[in-house]
Parts: sequence; C-alpha cells; structure tokens
Amino acid sequence: MKKENTQHLAGVSRRSALKSIGALGGAAAFSSIPGFTGMVHGQTDEPVRLGFQVHRTGIGAAYGRWYERTTNAAVERINNMGGINGRPIEIVGEDDGTDPKRGAEVVEKFATQHNCDAAFGTLFSHVVIGSAPRAGELKLPYLVVSEGHHVASGILNRYTLQPCITDVKSQVQAMAPFVHDNLGKKVTMIYPDFAFGHDHRDYFSEAFARRGGTILEQIAIPPAETAFTRYFPRIPRDTEILYHVMVGPAVLTFVKELGEFFGGSGPALFGFIDSLEAVDMNSPGLEFLDGSYFWEGMPRYQQEGMLEFDAEYRAAVGVDANGASISDSRDVSTYAHMFGCWETLHFIRDVMTAAAGSGNMKQAMIEAAEGVTDIAESIEHPQGAKLFNGKTHQVFGHQYISKVEGNRLNVVHSTSIEDTFYPDEVDYTQQEL
Amino acid sequence: MEFGPHFLLATLEGALTAAVLALTAVGLSVVFGIMRVVNVAHGEFFMLGAVIAWFVSTLVGVHPAIGFALALVAAPVAVGALAIVADRLVLRRLNYDPERTIVATIGLLYCIQQLTLMTFGPDARPVVPPFNQRIALPWFEFGEQGLQVIWPWGFGITTYKLAVIAFAVIILVGLWQFLARSRFGLVMRATQLDREMAQAFGIPIDRVYGLVFGLGAGLAALGAVLIVPIRQAHYLMGHEPLLLSFIVVIIGGLGSIPGTIIAAVLIGLSDGIISVFFSPTLAKIIATLLVAFVLVFRPQGLFGLRSA
Repeated sequence: MKKENTQHLAGVSRRSALKSIGALGGAAAFSSIPGFTGMVHGQTDEPVRLGFQVHRTGIGAAYGRWYERTTNAAVERINNMGGINGRPIEIVGEDDGTDPKRGAEVVEKFATQHNCDAAFGTLFSHVVIGSAPRAGELKLPYLVVSEGHHVASGILNRYTLQPCITDVKSQVQAMAPFVHDNLGKKVTMIYPDFAFGHDHRDYFSEAFARRGGTILEQIAIPPAETAFTRYFPRIPRDTEILYHVMVGPAVLTFVKELGEFFGGSGPALFGFIDSLEAVDMNSPGLEFLDGSYFWEGMPRYQQEGMLEFDAEYRAAVGVDANGASISDSRDVSTYAHMFGCWETLHFIRDVMTAAAGSGNMKQAMIEAAEGVTDIAESIEHPQGAKLFNGKTHQVFGHQYISKVEGNRLNVVHSTSIEDTFYPDEVDYTQQEL
Repeated sequence: MEFGPHFLLATLEGALTAAVLALTAVGLSVVFGIMRVVNVAHGEFFMLGAVIAWFVSTLVGVHPAIGFALALVAAPVAVGALAIVADRLVLRRLNYDPERTIVATIGLLYCIQQLTLMTFGPDARPVVPPFNQRIALPWFEFGEQGLQVIWPWGFGITTYKLAVIAFAVIILVGLWQFLARSRFGLVMRATQLDREMAQAFGIPIDRVYGLVFGLGAGLAALGAVLIVPIRQAHYLMGHEPLLLSFIVVIIGGLGSIPGTIIAAVLIGLSDGIISVFFSPTLAKIIATLLVAFVLVFRPQGLFGLRSA
C-alpha cells in the first residue's frame, strides 16, 4: 500500500486553497481568489493513479472507444505540463462491459487492488447507478461523465460527482421551449428503457407541459434492441414532433428504420444526438434526416466563429472538422459527449492540486471540488463555460441545437447556462465524508 | 394507426422474423434430431454468419449487391466448415454424449464470441442491402365518396424485407426436397431413426454427423446473412436467435423439421403481432410461457414423436 502524503500546508485551509485553483499555472479555470501562493512541496513523484471505468465492450462500446482516446489525449497534455503536483497521471483502464454489476466490481478493484486515487469516466447511467454506491462505501472519489440526473437527484453519495457534463434534466428543460415555440405542440417521445431514457421521459414531459405543450405518447425501447419498426406504429397520427433519443449498438438501424417507416412523410423530428453518436451522417438511408433538429452537447461539425478552443481540442484528440477520426473519416466520434472526459481530467488535476498536502487526499479532493463554482471556457474546458453546484455535485452549461443541412449538423440555437437551472434536490455537503 | 393497416404491418414484420427464425431453428432441429446434440453455440454460428457477411461485403469493394451475393455463399460455407472442424475436434471426442456436448458447446459459444470480440470488435457494423426500396401500401376506407384508396403514413414495407421472406421460403422448400429425395437425405434419416442399424448397413456415421453439424451451422449463418442488412452485425447478436430457436424447436418437437417450421411461423408471427400491438417483452413472455405449457402437456412437442 502506498502511503498518502501527509504533509499539511500550514495556515491554508483546503477551501481557500481550492478557490485559488485559477491562479495556478495560468489554468484560469475556476474563480480565482489571490492569496494562495505556497505551492506544495515534498510530494512523491509516484504517479497519480486514476481508475478509468471504460465501456470497452457491451452496448456502450462506441462511446468507450472515444472516451478512451479523449482520456489518453488529456493525460498526455496534463503530463506534458507537469502532471498533478509534479506527479504524472497513470490511467488504470478497466472494461466494465457496460454492465452495472461488473461496474461495481471494477470500482472495487480500483480502490482495493489498484490503489487508485480516484475513478472517473463512466457514461451509461445504469452502470453509474450500479457502481456509485460501492465508490461511496470505499470512499473513492468517483467522477462520472454520464448525463444522467442520478447525481443531482440525490440518489447517489458525496463521493460521486458529475463536474464536466450537464445532466438530462437541465438539457431537456433547455430544449423544451425551443421545441414548443419552433417545431410543434404535440409530441411523441421515443427513448431507451433504462435510467437515462426515464430521465428524458420524466423531465422533458414536465418541462414541455409547463410550456403548454402536450405529450401524446411515450414509447420505451430496450437499449439492447436490434429491431425497431414494430415500435413505430404506436406513434399517434396527430403527432407534430417526434422526439427521439436512442443508445446502444443499433442506433444506425434505429434511425434507418425510422426513415423507412415514414417514407418521406410523417411528423417533424427532434432528436438527441445520442441517436446518431458514432454514426456517419452520410450513411445510406439517413437522407430523410435533412431538415430535422438535434440536441448536441458539443457540436460535431466545427462551427464558424463558435467555441474558441474547439479547433485546438479537435487536433489534440485526433478529430477532424466533421467530427471523425483524422486517420479514418468513417470512424465517427462521440463528439457531443467525449469532451466530458477531457474536461473531467483537467478538473481532477485542478482539485487535486488544490487539495495537495492534506492528510486525506480523497476527502480533500471532494471538499475542493465542492468549492468550485465558475469554470471558464478554455482549452481545458473547450465545450464552453460552466457553473458547478457544489451542493448537488452537478455542473450546468450551454446546450446546442443543430439542424441537419446537406448531411451536416449546423448549430441554429445555443442556450444560456441559466436556461438549464432547476432548484437543488440535494445537498451532498451535509453527508459525512 | 388504424387497426387494419396496423395489423397488416405487424403481420409483415412477423413474417420477416418467422422467415429468419425458421432457417435458424431448422438448423438447430436437424442437429438435435440426428445427432442428439443440444447445440448451445448455435446462436454464435448465426452471429458468425453476420460477421463474415460484413467482412466479405466490405473487403470486396465492388457494388453492394455483388458483395452481398458473395457473402450469401461464403458465410454459410465458412461457418459450416468451422462447425465440421468443431465436430471433429470436440464433439466426436466426447462420443456425442448428450450431457457433455452441452457443456462443450457452451465452451464453444464463449470461444467464438470472444474471438469475434477480439478481431471484429465490439461495434455494430452495417451491411448495405443489395437493393432496398420502400413500398408504400394502400388501404381502403369508406369515405364521403364511397370506397376510397388511402395511403396511411407509416404503412409500408421494403423490397428487401419481402425478398428475405421469399428467399427463406425457397431455401426451406429446397431443404425439404433435399432431405426427402436425395441420397444424403436418406442417409441422414436412416441415421436419425436408428444409428446402430445405419452403421451396420455401412453408413459412415462419423462423416454424417460432421456434415449434419456443418449443415445446421450453415443454415444459422444463412439466416444471419439475410437479416444483417436490416439489423447490423454485432458480436452479441447470437443470444436472441438461440433463445427463440430453442423455443421453436421445443414447441415444434425436437428433431421434427415440419414441426420446427410450423412453430417458427407461429412464434415469428405472434412475436411480430404481439410486439407491435403490445410490447416485444410481452411477446417473449408469452413464447416462454407456451414452452412451459408444451413441456407440461406435450413434452415431445407438437409434432415430435413420443419415443425420442
């Protein structure tokens, strides 16, 4: 067992240390309060071990591949800049098979066998919900890149955070007014039948009804499903907008069958890009999507004059201006989600730097994270500025709506951070560390 | 959607499921009927068929139709050959002992699945169909001007789906003729009826078993090649056909080919109709429940012989 560094910084509390993250190394990431100058000393140069729970296999494999590439790029950058407190980051990647049961075992391995300082990177909400309780019991900081509302809803624990990707509740709440005002008032929803899809079902319906719209029908599809046509006849004929969000290996089949089903007629479409992540827009059978709208967490196609650091980030993670791999234009990335890994790793570096020198690094890291508020747009946070809520452990940020035009997605609307706010549902800082 | 078009659409979807299921389940049924081997790896042979179809149609960078036609031949042959090798290396060495072959084919299942994961990867990959036009279907309705033809939205099918149904029927008829008329069919039936007597008449049982195992796997692979332009190739796609094939074979009667085909049509259509009107999960629940009833009230299956 490696001993944690037990050296304390005299006279500097963790919280004040944290608030000065922005001043460190010109990172300019968080709200900076000057006054913290004593850089840590006496650190070991043993690597900081970060457990990366990655969906290499199972229904999340396409995301896993790109989360891993993004992670490697971020780690290379951070290590080239001197690592964390002078220690390099070492990633301990472990496949969870996109399976909640295996997820909990992987978290346990990180804590007990690999002696990791933190774990991060999980996407699929059922895996997060299955793994987070174990991370809490083992007191292992667990930073997810998932989008589920599970963190902010209060069902998890103080060791689980979602610091760099927004949650479904805030996303759909920001989408509902656009859909209602521009596309139609009567919506039918199609969503995957697990936690993530249920967040869509519950929170979009709520937000859309608040705006005065009607939800006609809600169609749940198992995430491992491979045939979809048989679900579509349930779409009521007076549907004005079909709201679709799908995940899993068969998303291409899903959209293709949707196109075949409507055959050029049918309602307008509003989708979450999840239905098309890692799918080439030029695939045969997707022509019908022209003119339809998608939510994007980060625009797949490089947008003129938007997101200052996008080009630099694309180059770092090996993605071209169309969102595909530089080495293979058919290998399309999960661009709308994977920035979360890049940003989370920089977040981890910043909070660990702020927590340096404290007796219990894991606890100090959580406390440091809870003190974070503003996250500025930078190369370390290329998706845009964000606001972190230390009580709910959830970040809030900008959302993008894109229109399919000539086989590419062009951003037509971006929301403010305020559009995504909702009242706190939990205060994790009240829980014991 | 109105009831009429809705029902017809469900039936067409069900017919597609039934067509592919019949091919796959007949493969399982032949293997059980003749070899008495419960092949748990059958779903993986199905998956391999789809994966090989992807490789063939991608590597042959010509028109999708040519790539697909090649795959239609190459995938069943390659999978059949692999099954023959597996029979030689594994099943024969176990003397086709019913219990031990179950365990061995479970092992085979994992070997094939993991090797596919290591080579083909965890992603689903599409195969371009050789042709695919959407046919909008008309419906008749009594309106203000009497009987009218309407074109309900969402009511249609693709030419490729219709072709799959037709092709499966042709293959099944051909298989039936092959088993009933050909010399090899006769040898197979003789082996099924009485293995020792067949051997006494000079039938090379080992070779027949190898070919039957290959034929069963090849049929599964053929079913997969037909469905892969609709569903994509994925290393985990073998589970569902395996489960459905077992359901079909148990209901139809283990080893009975007509029983298997009738059960495949029954399960395929009911799966399509129940899935469309209610939910696919309910369709699976009902199919499994049906298996339970068959096992309780007619253990030999609807068309099986009592003395197995």
